[in-house]
Amino acid sequence: MLENIDYSLVNWSRGQFALTAMYHWIFVPLTLGLSFIIALMESLYVKTGQEQWKKITKFWMTLFGINFAIGVATGIILEFEFGTNWSNYSWFVGDIFGAPLAIEGIMAFFLESTFIAVMFFGWNKVSKKFHLVSTWLVAFGANLSALWILVANAWMQSPVGMHFNPDTARNEMLNFWDVLLSPVAINKFLHTITSGYVLAALFVVGVSAWYLLKNREHNLAKKSILVAGVFGLISSLMLIYTGDGSAKQVAVVQPMKLAAMEGLYEGKEGTGLMAFGILSDLSEDTTTRNSKEVVLKIEIPKFLSFLAYGKFNAYVPGINDLVDGNADRGLLPVAEKIDRGRFARESLAQLKAARDKGDTITYNQLKARFSDQHFRDNYFRYFGYGFLSDPNSVIPNVPIAFYSFHIMVALGFFFLLLLALVLFVLYKNKLEGNKLLLRVALFSIPLAYIASQCGWVLAEMGRQPWVIQDLMPTMAAISHINSTSVQITFFLFAVLFTTLLIAEVSIMIRQIKTGPK
Amino acid sequence: MFGSLSLEILQQYWWAIISLLGAMLVFLLFVQGGQTLIYSLGKTEGERTLLVNSLGRKWEFTFTTLVTFGGAFFASFPLFYATSFGGAYWVWMAILFCFVIQAVSYEFRSKPANVLGPRTFETFLFINGAVGTILLGTAVGTFFTGSMFSVDFSNITRIADPAISRWETPYHGLEAALNIQNIALGLTVFFLARILGILYFFNNVDHADIMARARKSLIRNSIPFVVVFLVFVIMLLTRKGFAVDPHTARVYFENFKYAHNLAAMPLMAVFFLGGTLLVLTGIIVTLMKPLYSKGIWFTGTGTVLFVFSLFAIAGYNHTAYYPSTFDLQDSLTIANSSSSKYTLTAMSYVSLLVPFVIAYIFYAWRSINREKITPGEIETGSHVY
Ligand code: HDD
Ligand code: HEM
Ligand code: HEM
Repeated sequence: MLENIDYSLVNWSRGQFALTAMYHWIFVPLTLGLSFIIALMESLYVKTGQEQWKKITKFWMTLFGINFAIGVATGIILEFEFGTNWSNYSWFVGDIFGAPLAIEGIMAFFLESTFIAVMFFGWNKVSKKFHLVSTWLVAFGANLSALWILVANAWMQSPVGMHFNPDTARNEMLNFWDVLLSPVAINKFLHTITSGYVLAALFVVGVSAWYLLKNREHNLAKKSILVAGVFGLISSLMLIYTGDGSAKQVAVVQPMKLAAMEGLYEGKEGTGLMAFGILSDLSEDTTTRNSKEVVLKIEIPKFLSFLAYGKFNAYVPGINDLVDGNADRGLLPVAEKIDRGRFARESLAQLKAARDKGDTITYNQLKARFSDQHFRDNYFRYFGYGFLSDPNSVIPNVPIAFYSFHIMVALGFFFLLLLALVLFVLYKNKLEGNKLLLRVALFSIPLAYIASQCGWVLAEMGRQPWVIQDLMPTMAAISHINSTSVQITFFLFAVLFTTLLIAEVSIMIRQIKTGPK
Repeated sequence: MFGSLSLEILQQYWWAIISLLGAMLVFLLFVQGGQTLIYSLGKTEGERTLLVNSLGRKWEFTFTTLVTFGGAFFASFPLFYATSFGGAYWVWMAILFCFVIQAVSYEFRSKPANVLGPRTFETFLFINGAVGTILLGTAVGTFFTGSMFSVDFSNITRIADPAISRWETPYHGLEAALNIQNIALGLTVFFLARILGILYFFNNVDHADIMARARKSLIRNSIPFVVVFLVFVIMLLTRKGFAVDPHTARVYFENFKYAHNLAAMPLMAVFFLGGTLLVLTGIIVTLMKPLYSKGIWFTGTGTVLFVFSLFAIAGYNHTAYYPSTFDLQDSLTIANSSSSKYTLTAMSYVSLLVPFVIAYIFYAWRSINREKITPGEIETGSHVY
């Protein structure tokens, strides 16, 4: 039976989604942060009445506009891809997942796109105050769009507030507030928007540093560094704080992701946090698990336990414990979950068959089973496992999760230091002379993008094989199309988006070289 | 407030919202229509820039309406989302491509170092305007003509090939273009968008040469519009439709179903006829009065009313709005494809925001749009496309 699964389709669909999502995510974080930085600058203009602040505001606004357009272009694909490439997913969870997408359109996108027009075209047409309000509304609109889509994404990592309806074979929403206010959603939202703020701050600081290196636009550069630096420094602290919050949530809802991102195979109490490490193949691995060990490591003792559970001696389960089970710690082996998942899946198949045959007695029995709390908590909960056959398939790609996590964290601390240092040197009025620091600031722009992409790679690839944690594996989420079609659209998107990215970067660089008008 | 409504009422309420969003979208396609006219109305670089900038202040709005239309459809009728998007893959992908290339074109067109050159971005705008409108119309055409798909929830319990809805032809939506009625609707939308685009220019642009060309162009586009529109309407009103038995939920063919639906819903018949009249009034009045700039409001309102009634007769009065010609019983109706009662209720509260959204859009637009756009403004403006 297994060999009939069209893995090529699954993988091309994943690839296409990852490609388009990662392209979208090149542009979105800058929008999220730059909109606030611009609003702060314009507020200074309105407050002080100094024309130079207006000039500074308008300069960054031009860059914002270029970035925004391509962010919009890459976003529309994502929305419709849920239908085109993940149509089973769209049915299985559409009752919950569709709502945030619709709310996003009604609440956030219109807000953003309406007031962006005022922001760009209203300078001489509306009052200063109304213009300022519009700029702030653009920033709020952008961040509201992030809220709703992240609520949707958080729900995939930790499905809450719903129940399964066997008649329609889908999950249905029971409590909107549970979905909106789930701790995973709140953390994800805060961590993601602050990551956008830090990225935008580094962008503004880096571009300004380039002006100083070129010995031009001193006033604009230093004022921009001041605003963006302070904004970025505060955001950096929040970023690290909320990153820690995200890790705590991962520990609760996706222990496998946590184990993978730390390369932890054997669980123990008082686990150390890997500050640095290299993964290497384990020589004596006899399973198909492809186990790795961390060599050359710098470990902060007991810190992972603390990070994940707030206690230095807390037990952190490893990959082996999660797959093989650990009775002492109350961990079910995956093989058992697979059996239970199959039972749930087969119950559903029997229910359908009974209904089709008009066998009401069996149908009612099975229907009662699906409303039974014990069945829900102990069987249906593992519904997705029913599609798996090899227990090891619940292990995500460990090196990818491990490295993306560590790169992100290391860069997070680096950004904090960098921004603090830049502000300090600026305060001492020695920034122009410090060429090294200016160069580091300039070359940190790409690092911010790398950190940001790493975060998503960790979040999305670390949850493999699940699209909906424990309920739906990726391979059950697909549409009924052939993989050649998806390959074609994959390459079309790859070419189109890459071309547009090149155009965008080229325009940006030209605008920066030209400088403010 | 919404909590006490029955599932049936909520489904109807949401179908009305989808219809309204669809109707607004078709009206706002004036941006797309206008994009196809940049070269025939603008003969110099400056004239073209004027036209592009006039449209450029509105494109985002059409785009966002399309996105919201998609999101609202997903939230309220997820089975449609899964079936149509996943099945008619190529049509939707083509539509998406047309809109992706539009989104960057305004911002990038006139910027230095844009790599592809202004001409490429103008071509993108043209493709978006021409192909995008025709495909959207053709896709909506299948609401009346049907598609070859099947739906079976029990597939989800199969490990290999678990998709609940399947397209039963290998063409994945391209086959819709083989149906004359679909094409007639596609072309109707295309010419209507162009007409709306011209009327929008009358309203928004202050330039004598362009207006003179626009007048001729209006005549040239109105004639084919009336022809394809009549073809579509006649085929629609005379064809057999996909009716649903209210007691057994079985789908069957009924002769003159859509004409019957109009008769059964007099308000929709008023929208249908009144909309048509308003569309024509806007065109005729503009042609008769040389300096008339308000035609867009007649034709625009007419478009909204007509399209609304079209969605209404597709979905209401026991009709299957997304019919399956592969197996009639797999057709989607607003009753069998909707979200749960809870979700529809929650979403209904959100829908209360819509009037508020419309109000602030109106307010913001008025504040920056008090006067027509002129070449002078393009020269002094700080943000030019
Ligand atoms: C500038 C970018 C950036 C930086 C410096 C950091 N993060 Fe991050 N991180 C993100 C950008 C990001 C992100 C792109 O926003 C992600 C992707 C998915 C998400 O929710 O946020 C993310 C995800 C993410 C996750 C996964 C959440 C999940 O799987 O749902 C964890 C555990 C952390 N982060 C933890 C941290 C920690 C402890 C950091 C310490 C400094 C850190 N991040 C810095
Ligand atoms: C914009 C930032 C995002 C990035 C960079 C991103 C990245 C990725 C990556 C790298 C994958 C491929 C993982 C794999 O190999 O399977 C993926 C898959 C996926 N992501 Fe995201 N993601 C983002 C946001 C989201 C959001 C907000 C959602 C949901 C609302 C989402 C839903 C999905 C889905 C459905 C898949 C396909 C299933 C899968 O392969 O796991 N993504 N994404
Ligand atoms: C996979 C899930 C996603 C989907 C379906 C999606 C969808 C969209 C769409 C359709 C647009 C264009 C809106 C318009 O018409 O103006 C857009 C833009 C935007 N999205 Fe996404 N998006 C996704 C992921 C994200 C994430 C993860 C964030 C933020 C955390 C985000 C934030 C934004 C913002 C701020 C914009 C405004 C324009 C810009 O990108 O610069 N999106 N998105």
